[in-house]
Formats: sequence, structure tokens, C-alpha cells
Amino acid sequence: MYGNTFMTAEEAKQMDQTQDNPQKLIAFEARIERGEKIEPGDWMPVDYRKQLIRMIEQHAHSEIVGALPEGTWITRSPGFKRKLALIAKVQDEIGHGQLLYSACETLGKTREEMLDDLLSGKSKYSNVFNYPAKTWADMAVIGFLVDGAAIVNQVINSKGSYGPYCRALERICFEESFHLKQGHDNFVFLATGTNVQREMVQEALNRWYIPLLHFFGPSDKTSVHSEKLMKWKIKLATNDDMRNQFLDQYVPKIREVGLTLPDEKLKKNLETNKWEFSDPDWDEFYRVVNGDGPCNKERLEVRRFAEEQGRWVRQALVNPQDKYVTPFA
Amino acid sequence: MKNLILKMADDALIIGHRNSEWTGIGPLLEEDIAFSSMSQDKIGHAWALYRILNEELGGEDPDKAAFNRSVKDFTCCHLVEYPIGEFDFSLVRHFLMDKAEFHRYDLLLQSSFLPLVNLAKKVKGEIKYHVMHADTWMQQLANGNEESKARIQSALNLVYPIAFSLFEKQDDEQAVIEQKVFVGEDVLKSIWVDDIANRIKEFGLTIPSSIDSSAHLGGRKGYHTDHLEPLLKEMTEVFAIDPNAEW
Repeated sequence: MYGNTFMTAEEAKQMDQTQDNPQKLIAFEARIERGEKIEPGDWMPVDYRKQLIRMIEQHAHSEIVGALPEGTWITRSPGFKRKLALIAKVQDEIGHGQLLYSACETLGKTREEMLDDLLSGKSKYSNVFNYPAKTWADMAVIGFLVDGAAIVNQVINSKGSYGPYCRALERICFEESFHLKQGHDNFVFLATGTNVQREMVQEALNRWYIPLLHFFGPSDKTSVHSEKLMKWKIKLATNDDMRNQFLDQYVPKIREVGLTLPDEKLKKNLETNKWEFSDPDWDEFYRVVNGDGPCNKERLEVRRFAEEQGRWVRQALVNPQDKYVTPFA
Repeated sequence: MKNLILKMADDALIIGHRNSEWTGIGPLLEEDIAFSSMSQDKIGHAWALYRILNEELGGEDPDKAAFNRSVKDFTCCHLVEYPIGEFDFSLVRHFLMDKAEFHRYDLLLQSSFLPLVNLAKKVKGEIKYHVMHADTWMQQLANGNEESKARIQSALNLVYPIAFSLFEKQDDEQAVIEQKVFVGEDVLKSIWVDDIANRIKEFGLTIPSSIDSSAHLGGRKGYHTDHLEPLLKEMTEVFAIDPNAEW
């Protein structure tokens, strides 16, 4: 599961200052224009590599941090069917992390370096995982809607220009489609269940509404555009376009089972074909991105605990004769 | 015979629950995935065993049997109840338990009770991989560095006596043996002891010399460690919100 990449003004400015070999750059951009995939050994602009590492790494972190809120409900899942589905689902997410770390390694950064940067706060993960999964109904909302949102983003990104990332995303999207079914089944089951169940899922939906709007990143009006990211097919759709596509697909499905979304202004403008909604407090979004969300600290502490507790195991596997080899696929 | 199947189901459910706790916090991502995968298998075995009780022997619906029973009615052994601890503890438990599970299902291929034979055929194929996983890791960590070797040896010293709780007999065992449903815990135990001794020697580790397992018995009769009750409370937390609802 993953949201959307966006950059600060400072980062965008830095990016525009890098100088690449002009002839190589022209040839590179022509390849992308023709729809070719860029592969690990190919020449690529410095910023292309840098931005891809940043994005794939964030995506990988999002998978393994995203496993934590759902992971806490594995032991509490009611019944064999739900329990087995949830363990398999969370296991898939960790598998996606593994796949993405490998894709990112082809660009020259090791998994260990990436995990270190996650723990130091140098690299981020999707903001949505800084919110708590308070009740069992959160499993339905996350499985259906957060995964649904992630699929919107990932399907688009799988059409990008970097071969290893696209191939990883194709497999991830295939698995995510089962997660969506799992989440949808649970969501509809609770929404059409007893009063207690219905209230639970409505309450969870109310809490997740804002984080879901935040999921695709700041509005196009305020976020920093990078022509380069679009031209190089690292970013393929704007934040607002993806958000709109998500609302198009999912609001009717939520309303269909008689649940509501906590925003009176939420409606589709039939003239512009765009969804309109109340301002989802972008200050909060930036606050949480910068570390001050309800679960930022806890998520990183759990990861740090896992890293530290498992260090002796990893060290025992090290053979001094082994050399690190960058994967090539 | 019901008791035999129930304790097997309870063992599989509780160890599956414990191992699922590694999902997200393993020492490396590959181990999160491995423990998660094995826990799915174990919970699947438990489900299949409760289904046999339900469909063949008049027992409760599997979800009721697993998620709506008091701690006293559980007959799992103490080995499966302990928290996951660190990776050394979980690995050694997994090694000792899956060897026993492998041989148990192997012996059940000869059972006079057909549903168990059919299940054993399927399960043995899965547990073969659990055993391979445990063996590979035991071999690597017992021969890794000084720290890993010391950790694995001391986990073995701790867990080995507890593992004998797997073979605690139940009151109706004689009938189970006479009806040729299962050859009995003593037979299984002696196969297991020999197999473990050989493997441990290959790993360059030593079996603790004097074993007193008496403190670890009682699980089969409903006397459990203090760890089981909180585990069950957690496991049934959602059901308890609305006990009459389907989830």
C-alpha cells in the first residue's frame, strides 16, 4: 500500500540545478518518449536515479510499516476465515516490501541503508500508517479503502518508465486485488450486520475519511510540480487526478451499503466532473508527515525494536568472504 | 479419539497464533514471511481438525470450538503457550515441535480412522517444509558466530524439557491404541528423542543431560501456564463485542 510521492519546494529547486550530459539526456528522454523501459545498467540522469530511489524506497517502507497496524489485529481476528485471510494479506505486504527493496537495490542503495534511513527519519513512508487501527472495523476500512486507494496509485505507477519498479508493481497490483476483495467482503459484512457491527464500521469510516483524502498528497494548487518527474514517467498523474479517480470509484460503493461519509460538502460537480469536498486540513497533513502524528513514534519504535532484536541473527549470517552484489533485475 | 484430535487441534491453533505474532517484527523480512506462512499452515491444520471433530464426531462448529471455549477446556501442551520471546526461543521451539508434528502425522498415516489418514497425507507434505526451514536455521545459527551458537544452545537447554509436554498422555490413550487410531505418545516420543539427538549432534550442540519435565505437564488435562488465558482473551476479543453476531 502506498500513497503518492511529492516534493518540497527546496527539493524541487535542487533537482533543477543538476547538470547531465546533454546528448545522453536527449537520447534517454527519447527512449522514454517511445515508451521504452529503462533497465538497471542503462545510463540515466542523476536526478532520475535519485527520485526513483526516493519513491521506491518510500513505497517499500510503506509496505512494511503498513503491515504493523493490521498486524496487531491478526491475533484478534474473529474466526478461522478472517484470521487466515488477514495473516495472508499482511504477509503479502511484507513480501511487497521485500520485492520493492530489491527493485530499489538495482539503483545502488542497499536494503540495510534504506532501513537505516527509515529509522533515522531521513526517508518517509505513507502518511496514512501514522493513524491507529482502533477496532476490528478498521481492518475492513483499511483493507477496502486504503488498499483501494493504493491500487489507484500503483496501477498508474506501473505504467512508469523504470523496468524493475514496473514489474514489481504489476505483481503487487495482482495481489492487491485479492486484498481489496478481502477488505470489501469484511466491509460489506459489517455494514450489513448487527447494529453494533454497523456502528463500528461507520465510526471507523468517519475516522479514516480525512487520512484517505490526504493519501494522494497535497492539492495540485499548492504542491510543487516537477515537469521532469512527469516527463521521465516517474510520476504519471497529479495528486488531484488520482484523488478524484479514487472518489469516483469508491464513494458510490460506500453509499451503496448505506454508510455515510462525514462531509456535507462531498459531492460530484457534474459540470467539471470533479469531486468537491471540505478542506481536509492540510496543516494536519504536514504535521503528521513531519513526525507529529498519532502513531509516528510508535511505528518507528516497533521497527527499531525489530531491527535491534534481530541484529544478532543477521550478524550470524554474515560470511566475511561474501561481497555485496547489486541485484540486476 | 476425540481427545487426541482436540489436543492436536489446540496445539496447532495456539502455536499458529504465537508464530503469527512474528508478522512484521522478524529479524529479516524473509523470516516475517516464513513464520507468517507457517502459522497459516498451522491454523489451517487446526481448522481441519476441528472440522473432523464437528463433521465426524459430533463436536461443535470449528469457530465455536476455537473461539468460544474456556481456558480449562483447552488441552494444548505448555510448549505452545509460551510467548514468542526472541528469535532463538521461537526457532528452537519450532524445530522441536515440527519434528514431533512430522512424526505424529507420519504415524497417523497408519491410523484406522480414515479422516485422520487423509488429513495426515496432506499435512505431512506441508510440515516437511517447516522441518526444512527449522533445520536450515538451526544449522546456520548453531554454526554462525559465538553469540548465535551460545544463544541457540541456551534456548535448547530451556525449551527441550518443555517440549516433552507434547507427549503427555491422556486418560483414554489405551483405547486409542487398541482401536489402532494412534500408536501412542510413548512410541512417538522415542522416535522424536532419537531424531532430535541426531540432529543436535550434527549441529554441534548438546542435549541437556538431566531432564525433568514434570513441571511442564498438565496441559492435556486443562492445567495451563499463565500465558494461555491472556492469549485466549486476545484471540476472542472481537467475538466478545457481539457474541451473537457472525463475523
